[in-house]
Amino acid sequence: MKKKKTTGRIVLEIVGILLALLWLSPFYIMLVNAFKTKREMFENTLAPPQEPIFANFVQAFQELDFLRTFFNSFLITSLSIVCIVFFSAMAAYALSRNKSKVSGLIFFLFVASMLIPFQSVMIPLVKIFSELQSLNKWGLIFMYIGFGSGLSLFLYHGALKNIPLSLDEAAKIDGATKWQTFWHVIFPLLRPIGVTVAILNVIWIWNDFLLPSLVLGQGDETIPLKLFLFFGQYTKQWTLALAGLTISIIPVIIGYFIAQRHIIKGVSDGAVK
Amino acid sequence: MKTKNIMYWVFIAPVLAALLIVVVVPFIWGIYYSLTEWSGDMAQTPVFTGFDNYKSLMSDPTFLSALWFTFKYAIVTVIIINVVGFSLALIVTSYIKSKNLLRTIFFMPNLIGGLILGFIWQFIFTNIFNALGELMGVEMLQGWLATPATGFWGLVILHVWQMAGYIMIIYIAYLQSIPDELLEAADMDGASYFQKLKNVVMPLVAPAFTVSMFLTLSGAFKIYDQNLSLTGGGPGGTTKMIAMDIVDTAFAMNTMGLAQAKAVIFFIIVAILSLTQVYYNKKKEVEL
Repeated sequence: MKKKKTTGRIVLEIVGILLALLWLSPFYIMLVNAFKTKREMFENTLAPPQEPIFANFVQAFQELDFLRTFFNSFLITSLSIVCIVFFSAMAAYALSRNKSKVSGLIFFLFVASMLIPFQSVMIPLVKIFSELQSLNKWGLIFMYIGFGSGLSLFLYHGALKNIPLSLDEAAKIDGATKWQTFWHVIFPLLRPIGVTVAILNVIWIWNDFLLPSLVLGQGDETIPLKLFLFFGQYTKQWTLALAGLTISIIPVIIGYFIAQRHIIKGVSDGAVK
Repeated sequence: MKTKNIMYWVFIAPVLAALLIVVVVPFIWGIYYSLTEWSGDMAQTPVFTGFDNYKSLMSDPTFLSALWFTFKYAIVTVIIINVVGFSLALIVTSYIKSKNLLRTIFFMPNLIGGLILGFIWQFIFTNIFNALGELMGVEMLQGWLATPATGFWGLVILHVWQMAGYIMIIYIAYLQSIPDELLEAADMDGASYFQKLKNVVMPLVAPAFTVSMFLTLSGAFKIYDQNLSLTGGGPGGTTKMIAMDIVDTAFAMNTMGLAQAKAVIFFIIVAILSLTQVYYNKKKEVEL
């Protein structure tokens, strides 16, 4: 009986590892070919490079204007996240503590907004922002707050149900205003769900392509947008293109290994709610 | 009392303003646009044409083919992603040593944007598959993405690779909530692994199936980036999905009214799917 279990375990372990290798193989293929010359790539696509060359990386780094592109992505993502995390929490707090018809209606509006696919609002959105002269990164950040607020507010709202009203009342007796109560008592307690909100929003905002492509002008490109333009230019220069992809992925992989546990937990909490 | 009211609105105003300007107003305005003819030129005013756009969509081959393609794609990916995701979850919740590392690896593609993933797989399908095909003399592997069928399966493979790890996370959450006593009791009764799976595990993770089925279903309908970077809708628009068709109708062909009518129909489909999900979830909750 015991023996059968160990064999089963070893088989599962091997199957798991083989699957993991299969899962990693696209990254392996991307990486090894980014270090090859065009000729070597065609002669030998699967093996590691015989003599790794870095020229592709240097050129891709320059063509992508990577420092600036990375900074654009970073600025847009982080400002959007900070606003979403704080403003959604504030709104969820007000809505959950003031149970009126208006609150119910506003909450419904946020939840219902999650049903709307981006393409359904895309055309009027671009028109409105072009009339407001706001087709730029500041306009984009504002848009992300709008699109990110539905799920974020919903998650905060759920978490606030578990924070007892007696805490609010105790703070009130101590003479705290609503504002102080929120920032000093409630918001710190919302931290775990705040991490989830931040993670879920970082994943889509950092990777979003269509919206930046409609909004951002030259010099303001985010990583996916710049990469798309870069690809259009070098369609058939695969070694160079793969080097560009590798450079773009590196920050994400580093972030993933640093915050791994939080990310997987955040995604799990966000999906199961 | 008055100040309390002001504070209420101060707390809500930032996100509410964003939601109204970014989602609510454009959504309503979009319904109006769908009833007009408009090239997207800012100087020009949309001309009201009633339901003409909707009528012409009923016999629009590009739209109907995109819609059909998306339906087929959704059904196939929902099934495969859930089977693979559930299998991965079973593997990484068993008592194997490498389970944490495996979770990390299976989930990894989800963090990288669909656009980038599509480009990586474009390279694999056009170069690696070709090389493998020549090496092993398998003709089937050559010329991927060049036919509608291989384009379809290329998109499916990419999407399964990307999403299975995400769905795995959901199944893990439910699998871990199964009480150990139940599994031990089944062991005592001499149940085999598959008997346990069928009679203990599956019924208990049924809600997870509902959640992830509909997540993958609405996800499949909204897919855009992967479609754009992997096949670009080609060859000849045969792998163009509904989201991409809307974007092209709007910004490549500048027929905004028509694009918006497609977008309204798209919304209705996604809304029906999502509301069905809520309905089934609620029903499940009641049963539990």
